[in-house]
Parts: sequence; structure tokens; C-alpha cells
Amino acid sequence: MSAGLSFFEFLGERLPDLLLALREHLTLSLIAVLIGSAISLPLGVLLVYSRIGWLNSAVFFLANLLQTIPSLALLAILIPLMGIGARPAVLALLLYSIMPVLRNTYEGFRSVDPHVLEAARGLGYSAAQRLLRVQLPLAVPYIMSGIRLTTVYVISWATLATLVGAGGLGQLIVSGMGVNQPYLIVAGALGAIALALAADLLLGWLESALGRRFGLRGGAAA
Amino acid sequence: MTMIQIRDVNKRYDDGFHALKNINLEFRQGEMTVLIGPSGCGKSTTMRLVNRLVSPTSGTVEIGGRDIRSIDPVELRRSIGYVIQSVGLFPHMTIGRNVAVVPRLKRWDADKTARRVDELLDMVGLKPDLYRDRYPSELSGGQQQRVGVVRALAADPDIILMDEPFSALDPLSREQLQEDVARLQQELHKTIVFVTHDMDEALKIADRIVLMKDGEVVQSDTPDRMLRRPANDFVRTFIGQKRLEAGGAADVAEREAGPDLGGFVMADGPTVNDVMVTQPAVTYPGRGLAEAITTMERRKVDSLYVVDRQRKLLGSVSIYNVMDSYGDEDKTVADVMMPVRYSVQSGTPLTQAVELLASHRLHNVAVIDEDSRFIGLITRGSVVRHLAEKLPHGDNGEEPGSSTGLGPQGGNREEHS
Repeated sequence: MSAGLSFFEFLGERLPDLLLALREHLTLSLIAVLIGSAISLPLGVLLVYSRIGWLNSAVFFLANLLQTIPSLALLAILIPLMGIGARPAVLALLLYSIMPVLRNTYEGFRSVDPHVLEAARGLGYSAAQRLLRVQLPLAVPYIMSGIRLTTVYVISWATLATLVGAGGLGQLIVSGMGVNQPYLIVAGALGAIALALAADLLLGWLESALGRRFGLRGGAAA
Repeated sequence: MTMIQIRDVNKRYDDGFHALKNINLEFRQGEMTVLIGPSGCGKSTTMRLVNRLVSPTSGTVEIGGRDIRSIDPVELRRSIGYVIQSVGLFPHMTIGRNVAVVPRLKRWDADKTARRVDELLDMVGLKPDLYRDRYPSELSGGQQQRVGVVRALAADPDIILMDEPFSALDPLSREQLQEDVARLQQELHKTIVFVTHDMDEALKIADRIVLMKDGEVVQSDTPDRMLRRPANDFVRTFIGQKRLEAGGAADVAEREAGPDLGGFVMADGPTVNDVMVTQPAVTYPGRGLAEAITTMERRKVDSLYVVDRQRKLLGSVSIYNVMDSYGDEDKTVADVMMPVRYSVQSGTPLTQAVELLASHRLHNVAVIDEDSRFIGLITRGSVVRHLAEKLPHGDNGEEPGSSTGLGPQGGNREEHS
């Protein structure tokens, strides 16, 4: 380690490592959010229609419980079950991502004015059409804000993935700690922050674009 | 011809509530049938039998002679127009898309649908170019419900169900929409089932009124026959109920307690005091215009008499007078009121007041006492109700005042000409 280098010179020198870490980080987070949403979105819709009272409480209790397990502990539990690498990391992250999307999907569908649904039924929308053409578009702002929230969190939590050998920006931070190289730590942290901000911005833009597409004048999102 | 036939229908809910008891009704083609009754009487439930939003526990519903259980409910609903009280426009669709909902569900081609949407918007006075691409939240309540009405007409259904469509609107919009619907019905001759709890509305638009109570049909008749021959005390009370709400409670109580109110009052000739609404809506000259509108809204009238603190009659203001000058916040009722041209003295025979109403095409006439204090109001509605109460069997000979051509329409709206 050449102590005389400035931070930017250091960045230039380690750029390939940085980019690799960034890519790993992004891939982990994206896969986790995608799979997590693919599970929690339909689950949320199902719960809206479920007539089994205790099922809703049970699912939400479980999702809440998952949210409270310390991430370090969750990863530690997953190592003996799944070994090390990207798989346990993705699993842990997607478990965390379930709750916000599930909760917002559920609230979004529930927030649709019952009179609007009554009108849809009376005008001759089938059950599936009501779901896809009326409820889903009206719930989109809620769902999108759930996904946005989850993505930002997951990107931040993904720095821990390095502990199970999944790489990512956390790797830079941990290495930096190991060799006492503050630049490395700062680079990892800044990378994670920049990634989270970029995701937030992008999804925020998508959210308002979808809102315009569906004719919702803001304020509808939770 | 019978369009919809409801036969021996009972509806019992799981909790044991017997919502409909042995309902037998027929709705004739091209007629507007109004289902009316107090809340919880089963009028909405009865209407919702027709598009299978409610299915009977026993009995059958037939449309055009066909048992509707043999029709797919989704298809059935697409062939029946439906308007609900809360409008229920889809907030994520433009006005054009909202109107086009049923044509699109029925897979009409895009050109035909677009032409139909514009035609319908024109029909209710919403310029297509101006409104087609707006969203429901950008429209007033009255405009939204107009869209709700034409949405039901979009695929040109033979049957239209309307569930208290105007009861959430302000009096002015309500009146306009009632007129819109009456006018459309003149042109289109749909079979309409209309649910309301407002007797004035029913009298105004119905070809036939079905009065319900506790899940049973109490009387089903034309408005005229219902007024002339109320089947029982419940019908009589219900017809009179609005009057009580209009503030004539003391008046009715007095008259009902009076000794000379048998079946022969007509022969003695009632006076205006027997018939007038005793607490008509009034305002004071110093009131602001917004206050006047609030009073109109609260009393569900479109004009007010203006009195001073001694209740001396000074003039009258209509909603139109007020709206014309509404922008000017400094103006008061005194600035926009019109002089009262016609009034009658306390004790005047009713016939004179009725002649005055008829010959000058007035909607109402003020009653004043010797000190020209405003003590009551004769409206067309109050006259009709008086006749209804005094002629419970409709067979006491010719209906007095019938030559004046007063129909049941007019309600107790306190309009001035």
C-alpha cells in the first residue's frame, strides 16, 4: 500500500476491484428484491382476498418476525444450512425485503374505494378484470413505494453479505479494516451510499411515471 | 309489456335477517319505476336482484321471460346499466375511458366506442373536447354523476338500475340531474329501476312508485294513484314525511288535532292556513351570499324569502340571483333580492291561492298576516299533499283544484317565478 497516494489516485488504481464489488453488490440486491417482490406481491393480493382471519395475522406476524432477526445472526444461521457464497446472502436479503412490499401491497389493495369496486362489479367486470384493471393500477403507487423502500434497505444491508463470502462493497470495507486502509473503507461505504441514492432516485422517477400513467395525482402513495 | 318480473322472492341472510319477504313485482318496458322507502326497507336489495348482485334465497327473477339464473352474471351486468350513489367513477381512468368501460368490455371497435363516448358526453352537456381527457377528480360532484349516468347508458342497455344516484348531490345539481334523466328518458324509453328515499324525487320522475317497508311491498302504483289512494297510514305518513322535514311539523300536528278535519273539509273550503308550510326557509337582508347558499343547501330549496327581524316580508332571492353576484364578497342578500309580487293574507281560501299559483305560473305563494309578517308558504307540493290527505280513498267526487292542472310534480321546492 503506497501511503502517499491521494484518494482519487487510489480510486484510479483500484478501479477494477471497485467496479467488480459494485457489480456484485448490485446483482445481490437486485436478485433479492426481485425474488422477494415476486413472493410478497402475490402473497399480499392473496391475503386481501383471504377469508381466513387468522391467516393474515399469522403471515404478518411471521414477516414482522423475520424483520427483527439481527442480520448478522440470520447470516450465521444460514451458513450451516446453505454453505457460503451468494445463495445464503440472497436468501437473507430477500427475507428482509418481504415485509415492506407485502405490507404495502396489502394496504394498496385495501385502500381501493369499495364503491369503485361495487361499480366495477355492477358494470360487468369479471373478478380477474377487477383485480388487474381496477385494483392493481390503483394499488401501484403503494406497491412502488414499498419496493423503493425495500430496495434502499437491501442495498444497505447487502454490505454484510461479504461475511458469507458473497462479495460486494462490504468486501472492500472488511478488507480495509483488515489492512488498515481507510481509503478502502471510505470507497466501499461511498459506493453503497451512491448505489442506494441512485436506486431511490430511479425508482422514485418510475413511481411518478407510473402514477402519471395511471392518472393518479400524487399523494395517493403511503 | 313486462320487462322484469320478480316472483315470490325471499332473501334471508346467514345471520337470519329476512331482508325481502315474498316480493312480487313487475317492471314494465320503457317505464321508470321508483323503489322508495325508509332505509333498510329492502329497496336497494330488490333492485340488486335484477343484475344478480344479490341472489334470492327463494323465488325467481325473469328478464324478458328468461330466468336470469340461466345467464352468466358478468354478461348479464354488461347488458344492464348501473349507477350508484357514490358515483364510483374509476379514479385512474379519464372521463372518456370511464364512459367507455362497458363498450370496451364488450369489445366494441375503437372508433365506434370513441364516437359513442362523445355523443354521450354531449347528451349531458359536457363538451367532449374539454372533458374527455380529464380525470374524475377534476370534475364537480354533479359533473361526476352525470358521467356516472352516461357510463350506464354507454352500451345502450335496455335496462338501467339507479341506486340513489342523486342523494349525495347539492340541491341545484340534484335538480338538474333529475331533469336530465327525465329528459333522457323521454327520448330513450329505457326500463329504469330507480331507488330513492326522497318522495319529491319519486313524484317528479316516476311512472310508477313502489313503496317498501321492512322487506315488503306496501303499495305499488302510479304517483297519482298513490297520492289519491294511499294504501294505509304508512304510505300516508311517508308521503307526508318530507313535509314534516320541511318544517311543517307544528302545522300538521295542529290540523290533525283539529275537530273539523274529517273527510268533509273540502266542502267547507280549507284556508291557506290549513295547507301552508309554517316554517319555510328564510334569510335576512344583511346576510352574505355564501350564507344564503348554505341556508338553501341545508333546507334543500333553491330560493329563500327575505324577512326582517319582525318577520316582515321584504323580498325573495333565488339561487340564480345569488350566483350572478356571488363573486362580489361585499354584496348581501339585500342587494340581490327581488320584490315579492304575489302573496295572500292569512285566512284566504285555499282555492284563491291555488288560482294565483296557476294563473301566474308560480311555484309558491307567501302567506302573510295583518301586520304583513311572513307566516307560511303555499307550495304546489303542500297543496298536493293536502289533497292526498283529505282524499284518502279518492272517491269523494271530483278532485278540487284539478282544473288548475296541478300535478304531483313541483314537490315542495320553494321556487319563485
